Amino acid sequence: MVKKLGFIGLGKTISEKILSEHAARSVSAGEVTVVKVDYVFTHDASGPLLIKQLKELGVSKPHNPKRTIIFIDHVVPSPRKEISNEQSTLRRFAAETGCRFHEAGSGICHQLIAEYYASPGQIIVGTDSHTVTAGALAAFATGMGATDVAVAAALGKTWFRVPETFRVEVNGSLQKGVYAKDIILYLIGLLGADGANYKALEFVGETIDSLSMSERLVLCNMVVEAGAKVGLVPSDNVTKRYLAERGRIEEFREIRSDDDASYERVIKIDATALEPQIACPHSVDNVKPVSEVKGVKVDIVFIGSCTNARLEDLHIAASILKGKQIHPETRLIVTPASKEIYVKAMADGTLRTLIEAGAVITPPGCGLCFGALGGVPADGEVIFTTTNRNFLGRTGNPAAYTYLGSPATAAATALNGRITDPRDVM
Amino acid sequence: MTGRAWKFGDNITTDHIAPGRYFHLRSNLEELAKHVLEDARPDFPLNVKKGDFVVAGVNFGSGSSREHAPTIIKLVGVEAVVAKSFARIFYRNAINIGLPAVICDTSLIDDGDLLSLDLSAGVVVNHTKGLEIRFPPLPDTMKKILEVGGLIPYIKRFGDLQL
Repeated sequence: MVKKLGFIGLGKTISEKILSEHAARSVSAGEVTVVKVDYVFTHDASGPLLIKQLKELGVSKPHNPKRTIIFIDHVVPSPRKEISNEQSTLRRFAAETGCRFHEAGSGICHQLIAEYYASPGQIIVGTDSHTVTAGALAAFATGMGATDVAVAAALGKTWFRVPETFRVEVNGSLQKGVYAKDIILYLIGLLGADGANYKALEFVGETIDSLSMSERLVLCNMVVEAGAKVGLVPSDNVTKRYLAERGRIEEFREIRSDDDASYERVIKIDATALEPQIACPHSVDNVKPVSEVKGVKVDIVFIGSCTNARLEDLHIAASILKGKQIHPETRLIVTPASKEIYVKAMADGTLRTLIEAGAVITPPGCGLCFGALGGVPADGEVIFTTTNRNFLGRTGNPAAYTYLGSPATAAATALNGRITDPRDVM
Repeated sequence: MTGRAWKFGDNITTDHIAPGRYFHLRSNLEELAKHVLEDARPDFPLNVKKGDFVVAGVNFGSGSSREHAPTIIKLVGVEAVVAKSFARIFYRNAINIGLPAVICDTSLIDDGDLLSLDLSAGVVVNHTKGLEIRFPPLPDTMKKILEVGGLIPYIKRFGDLQL
């Protein structure tokens, strides 16, 4: 299945290879190029604006409707008529144009892109900054605004400046209770909120090799919090197995950077020494080890979002909470990332365990991540989430405080009502 | 024409610019614009005037890809956003909708200073301080897009992406 990359030349990074293939010429970091795109997608947060821009262009139908995907995931079910009307615009547009459509309740776009669409070597653009998630499958996937994605939908192509690459080498075994979330939070703390602006982050090393697809998705999901254009994991046997499980083995290709590729920077992380990490209010790069933050009283714990609401994440939370009750002064909200995860977590008893421990389960979607749905904290309250952003006001109230961490840290925190090192309860 | 500088700090996010709690107003940009940047400076949406400038530190517009953010800044009449640096999605979005995003040394500008902008000459004039702040020209691709008023007018004129 590996395509001939001969015309591209040697010494290329994953980004340079994928962009060269889609430009049909050899391109290197720093060049600006037009490329074909494999998938474009939008959702109920930006889709109506995208449709308006298509109309403005005089385009009634996307270039390739079968490769244009519309998700209703941000506010589900809709609590307001204004939002219902916008969602209904998307439904109508999908029906009229033959675009692929995922109805409210199907799950978060980034999770469904991983489950059904993304594969190594593709270019995917979406109207959402966390489109980068699909880089876990070695797809060049990035977020853009509604106008850029409307043009990509209309023409089947877009333009990029080919990014320079930071190679992130992670070696050693993660301690029990430490996860990909802790690696990426640590890295963002190291780089700063704009430390990788415009760059590609490529994750390699024995720790990355051993991570499941679920964990790789966490890493790539959050690269945008350091400003990166894409996050990429070379495709390997883990990628192959994931695609095989999804009935998409024929989409597997091996893609990795050439041995003599050029990197702007190489960052080495020792996974063995890493303890659970927490992003403190109000910026994602305000990262501290849990030992410096534990004890902070927490009112709400949210396990959800495109970052950390997969089956593995719910299993970790359930293993910590099984047969126990969350702290009486803390509420726990759990939102599975997709319908498939929801059904599996129901079938294997995970949801029952979480509900019996005191959790409220809400339907698959973005949930309370960005403050437009139920679960908004009160003034002065503290919310601990497994999401990717803790900006002022992010969870719907600028007078609240948001901390970010792994599902294990979240579950341990729900148990004690205070930020807790998950290793103390596992 | 001059406008006043509204000074903001580093890392102003799209959640400061267009807070998620007003999600339902995304279908009504005029209403959403009444809340533009209110979580960073509550006085800004109340008092901003046509021709004013948003002036910020590093990484302006970080976070979400919501194009509503630059759109409502433009809608309230802001002439340009001037910052030490921009997050990449916001930068592209601003140019795409025809809102100039200028990278220069904003430490030479204080809140309330009177500014004017000459895009083609690459200069922000600080009339209050009697300073000319030079900035490098936009990358060619973005310059072409901005010159015709944004990406949609660009595609309508040229019919394609021509780099």
